[in-house]
Amino acid sequence: MAELDDHLFRREAGRMVAALTRLFGVHNLALAEDVVQDAFVRALEVWRQRGVPENPSAWLMATAKNRALDILRRERTARTYAPELGRALESEWTLAPTVAEAFGEPAIRDDQLRMMFSCCHPQLPEIAQVALVLNILCGFGVNEVAAAFLTGHSAMEKRITRGKKVLAGSKRLFDLSDERDLPQRLSAVQRALYLLFNEGYHGANPELAVREDLCVEAMHLAELLLARPVTATPATKALIALMCLNAARMPARVDATGNLSALYEQDRRLWDQALIAKGEQLLDHSATGTTITEYHIEAGIASLHARAHSLEDTNWPMIVSLYDTLMTIRPSPVVALNRAIAVAQHEGAERGLSEIERIAEVERLADYPFYFGALGELEHQRGNGEAARTHFLTASARARNPLERKFFERRAQEVTRA
Amino acid sequence: MSQFLYLYRGGDSAGTPEQMQQNMQKWMVWMQDLGAKGKLKERGNPLENTGKVVKKKTAITDGPFAEAKDIVGGYTLIEAKDIDEAAAFAAGCPIFDNGGFVEVRPILTMNM
Repeated sequence: MAELDDHLFRREAGRMVAALTRLFGVHNLALAEDVVQDAFVRALEVWRQRGVPENPSAWLMATAKNRALDILRRERTARTYAPELGRALESEWTLAPTVAEAFGEPAIRDDQLRMMFSCCHPQLPEIAQVALVLNILCGFGVNEVAAAFLTGHSAMEKRITRGKKVLAGSKRLFDLSDERDLPQRLSAVQRALYLLFNEGYHGANPELAVREDLCVEAMHLAELLLARPVTATPATKALIALMCLNAARMPARVDATGNLSALYEQDRRLWDQALIAKGEQLLDHSATGTTITEYHIEAGIASLHARAHSLEDTNWPMIVSLYDTLMTIRPSPVVALNRAIAVAQHEGAERGLSEIERIAEVERLADYPFYFGALGELEHQRGNGEAARTHFLTASARARNPLERKFFERRAQEVTRA
Repeated sequence: MSQFLYLYRGGDSAGTPEQMQQNMQKWMVWMQDLGAKGKLKERGNPLENTGKVVKKKTAITDGPFAEAKDIVGGYTLIEAKDIDEAAAFAAGCPIFDNGGFVEVRPILTMNM
């Protein structure tokens, strides 16, 4: 009997809803979601008794397709469907082929792209765009999106409901051949995928499995951008490069005992060489055109880390200069902090600390545990054990999950002993 | 060994895709376990939630025949030593996660 791939339902949910919305029209998103839910309920009823079919994805798609045909025939007069499809859904001659085509593989990939662009609607704040992408395209339930972002359920529900209203009100799915709006919308999509990846990579959720899922979803959706010439821009390639190069380090971020491990103590042999190679290749390909984005810079930094055999072997001056550029493109206290840490790596702790003192709007880091973590490391390096300990304890008090807390507590103990 | 019928009654399996997949995986594990222990006679079939109720020639009505929460959603034929063993195996059924329940009925055999 066939097995189920991990997260198959979640993945198929996003694909089905994209195809169904293409047929029903974006104003009928809720109907599309109902059809998807029905398909899963049906699958559960049948499979639990008869076993999982050889090709569960095809089974789900066929069920959703038949249900869609049924609705399109039965409610032909009661509802209006996708204006994009014009009269194709009105006559029996064109209905079946149109629906069959919508459920074909190439069409589904395009539908996922259109949906992704539609979710990143300029009327919505970035965080709502990311939430919508996760909910609609990645099949995360409201509670799962809320959990991923450590937000309350009702707050997330409001955000997603409002997002869907805006989406439904936009009348049509985003048209990828719209040359006027494409560049701006593409950069919103890239930003949303970047935020999704970052939430997975640096986010506060204590469960690493959840966070790795977010990274995987972000990379999966970004790959869809790569498949079409209009969306496979240098910035898209740089974005995927940065995802690959950072994701490559994930296997080493937690040690054998389940504890968080900092860059300097990671076993670099665990880094994923295939992802590094892919990231390097994309980074090469991204170096065309006239615009340099924050993704290029961040991918460049990740690439320098990936190529170094040890902390000492790292090209710190180059990393500092990349952070300098990043500060001109997208300045933030976190970027400034990372820059200061890189300065300290090749010019010493004193220089690093004075760079930290110069960070603008440093008060925005008041709750950021790694700010105090960095102060702790640098005080420790210049032999000020007591100050280091205080900073690590402050960091541990601001830790967002048990893994971070344990990490800073361990550092506080180690510097006291040293 | 005697034969018993499991009737799966009620239960709402709706949820997020991930929850539903986890539910499905529990069913697979449970069925496999019944099979591995040699208890599974016939996996059975799911039943539609609609149908007809026929009481006499002239009284054919549309189902359902029970309260929605009690509708039989499917059946499985199993083999067990006695009703207690059959009931004990049913206790592992994932249907309880969704608020449903299992009715265990001995198949009546004639001793002739």
